[in-house]
Amino acid sequence: MPDATTSDAFVAFERVQKSYDGETLVVKDLNLSMPKGEFLTMLGPSGSGKTTCLMMLAGFETATHGEILLDGKPINNIPPHKRGIGMVFQNYALFPHMTVAENLAFPLEVRKIGKSEREEKVKRALDMVQMGAFGGRRPAQLSGGQQQRIALARALVFEPELVLMDEPLGALDKQLREHMQFEITRLAHDLGITTVYVTHDQTEALTMSDRVAVFDDGRIQQLDPPDILYESPQNSFVAQFIGENNTLEGVVKEISADSAVVQLDDGELIDCKPVNVSQVGERTKVSIRPERVEFNKDRLKEDAHLLKATVKEFIYMGDVFRTRLSVAGNDEFIIKSRNAPDQVRLKPGEQIEIGWLPQDCHALDA
Amino acid sequence: MSELKGSGQQTADAPTPEDAFHETATLDSREQTHAPGAAPDGPVLAADGTPLKRSLARALRMQKIRALALIAPLLIFVLLTFIAPIASMLFRSVENEIVSDTLPETVVVLNDWDSAGGAPLPESLFEAFYVDLFLAQEQKLHTRLGTRLNYEQTGMSSLFRKSGRQVGKFDTDKYTDQFTALDASWEDPASWVAMMDNKSNRTALPFTARSWDRWVAYLNTEGDDPAKEDIEDFLFTTLYLDLAKTGGKGASDARITAAGSAVGDFETVSLAEQFADAEKDWADPEIWRVIQTFSPKFTSGYYLNAIDMQKTPDGIEKRPENQQIYLMLFKRTMFMSLVITFSCIMLGYPVAWILANLPSRTANLLMILVLLPFWTSLLVRTSAWKVMLQQQGVINDTLVWLGLVADDARLVMINNQFGTIVAMTHILLPFMILPLYSVMQTIPPTYLRAAKSLGATNWTAFWRVYFPQSVPGIGAGSVLVFILAIGYYITPEIVGGNTGTFISNRIAFHISSSLNWGLGAALGTILLAVVMLLYWVYDKIVGIDNVKLG
Repeated sequence: MPDATTSDAFVAFERVQKSYDGETLVVKDLNLSMPKGEFLTMLGPSGSGKTTCLMMLAGFETATHGEILLDGKPINNIPPHKRGIGMVFQNYALFPHMTVAENLAFPLEVRKIGKSEREEKVKRALDMVQMGAFGGRRPAQLSGGQQQRIALARALVFEPELVLMDEPLGALDKQLREHMQFEITRLAHDLGITTVYVTHDQTEALTMSDRVAVFDDGRIQQLDPPDILYESPQNSFVAQFIGENNTLEGVVKEISADSAVVQLDDGELIDCKPVNVSQVGERTKVSIRPERVEFNKDRLKEDAHLLKATVKEFIYMGDVFRTRLSVAGNDEFIIKSRNAPDQVRLKPGEQIEIGWLPQDCHALDA
Repeated sequence: MSELKGSGQQTADAPTPEDAFHETATLDSREQTHAPGAAPDGPVLAADGTPLKRSLARALRMQKIRALALIAPLLIFVLLTFIAPIASMLFRSVENEIVSDTLPETVVVLNDWDSAGGAPLPESLFEAFYVDLFLAQEQKLHTRLGTRLNYEQTGMSSLFRKSGRQVGKFDTDKYTDQFTALDASWEDPASWVAMMDNKSNRTALPFTARSWDRWVAYLNTEGDDPAKEDIEDFLFTTLYLDLAKTGGKGASDARITAAGSAVGDFETVSLAEQFADAEKDWADPEIWRVIQTFSPKFTSGYYLNAIDMQKTPDGIEKRPENQQIYLMLFKRTMFMSLVITFSCIMLGYPVAWILANLPSRTANLLMILVLLPFWTSLLVRTSAWKVMLQQQGVINDTLVWLGLVADDARLVMINNQFGTIVAMTHILLPFMILPLYSVMQTIPPTYLRAAKSLGATNWTAFWRVYFPQSVPGIGAGSVLVFILAIGYYITPEIVGGNTGTFISNRIAFHISSSLNWGLGAALGTILLAVVMLLYWVYDKIVGIDNVKLG
């Protein structure tokens, strides 16, 4: 996990605030530092302030308060065209009146790079995104995926050290999207570029990033590598927002450093790991991933607390089975089990008992 | 542009780069496969075996008829109010039937007269002209003809008017007297009616028969009975001329053959002398050459006139220097329209830019200001410019008060080109702003951002990225403003004075004051042709597909 302090960070936000109307803050006290070469994703629901952060970094919005540093230098007063940051826009923003090659040559032309060198670089950039044969076409003659590649090549052709991407895959279909996710990460790592990627799609964030910053309400809720983010959410927003999640509400009954017992509202007891609860009697939301729920008692500890559950629905999804249960008054409790030869297929109406390892169940803020 | 992107996404997305490469190849191979049911090389067939094309046409026919019925009212309206007047204008600009309709006999004689060879004016010309002019003045048509010929030769109008008054007093009553002395029944109109009914009489007296028919036709339109109206001198003249030539041979009427053998002793009247006595100009071959030049039913004379040329008996030549006006007016109209269009671009572009980039609420408010002039009467606006620009007007007063201009050297800003350009730029500005605005609205601001993020300065981003995309709006606005300006009439009339008037003012003058509709129509047609030519050139250079009104 890359760990950078503000002083040696390549990109840093220091106590940045942003308000458009002078009444409400869109970005509240943002602190973030990124080392060189990192792929960082800003993930969050719309209106969470992630795009505003990106625009401040690009120079299209000015921070109301605080400082943004690029390579150690404050850039608040540098106009966008002097920042040398490559950017891929949501709708690609390929210039419709220029051919693909002209689009790519544009950033080189404004940098007064000679014709032969320009052509060389354009060709290399096109080859890099496997679009070498399309230089003479207009953007309108390309498919969405092809336009996406060109937009990427254009943002990279002038060899910026930092590339910003604003939901670049939002307009593509699922299959193409997955392919491009892989392609973008590969390029970013091969070229060693520092990338800030904005998306509201959590799968995209998890599969592509070195670290993910989860935004909500103008703040970073959690900034961690994808696996930690998924497995150890630090609050209930992150738990809810990343991946699928079951939530049960209750009161802390017993608590120690790495385990706790929570009494659910209907009186039943469960094991869990305390994350941001600290004392007995505190209300909490416990969160369990559907794939970590067990109904095979052999796999659980002997003293594990068990919950009674009624099967409501069984959905066959191919690679997994998805079963909806009624647990402790929650009718939307989901469990997922791998489609293995020995796997049990539950039937609606069946009564079962479920449990989990304490470390998979997080007691979070209420 | 959003629609471009839309189409881009509709084209098959390539899931892998390999697919992207082979996209064209797959398309090609798809085209080569045949639809099921088609013969390997024949036309594609529908399920019931009829050619697919025909069954498609049948399926769409009802739809087409219904669509046509829907647009029929507009189609008819356009045909009646737009196509028909233009066609009539085109026709009028070449039509010249008045000469041959009014002077049919004269035109026939003139056709045989070798004017260029310097042949003398034949007596038969005056005989024919006498009959034509007499009938014309009876129908009051000779003044109109005079007016028409006056366009080509000044003096024609009064010549015809005066001669019309005198043609009834010619000495041809000598023929009348001599015929009635021979046989009193010649005086009886009923006997003429009977005589002219007979075919052999008519062949014996061809000129008389033709003149008689025209006379009868005229009397019928007046509601008079030919059997009761006195026989006029001109009919006795034609009778004499026919008899002198043929002797009345073959006529079944004995009276004619009797007169035929007597006319040899008649006292004759020279019509050439009669005309020369009445108006000495008639002895001048030049007058006759003008009539001869303009005797065909169609003429290029109006068009030649409209480009400062004239059709003379000796061919086409330039008009005298002091009569050349139209080419200069055409050039001035072009030049001023271009200046107005250019001023509209310069003034309208920033306004449209601001409108397109403001939040929609503020933009709507400003849009009202742009549209406000539309809701004010054109005359009021033009007159307001008169108040502003005149020598004792607001601007001059202010400049004098500020001491920038001496009181005795006030600027002349009205009744000249400057006034017309200022007033028309103001009036036509909305026609530039609206198309510009609607095009600029479709240009997403991300293009400018993208350009800046790629390293372009504000100016480069505007000039290389934004401006080219707004060109269709400039094109649409320019076409609108230029075409409106080139045919503008009211404003140049009011503020243009002598140096700021357009060709359309001249057209209006010919239509409503000089009544030379043929010339007005020719000028209008040339204007139409110029606009269409410019439109064509514009299409070649910019492409009409690139013009967007919204």
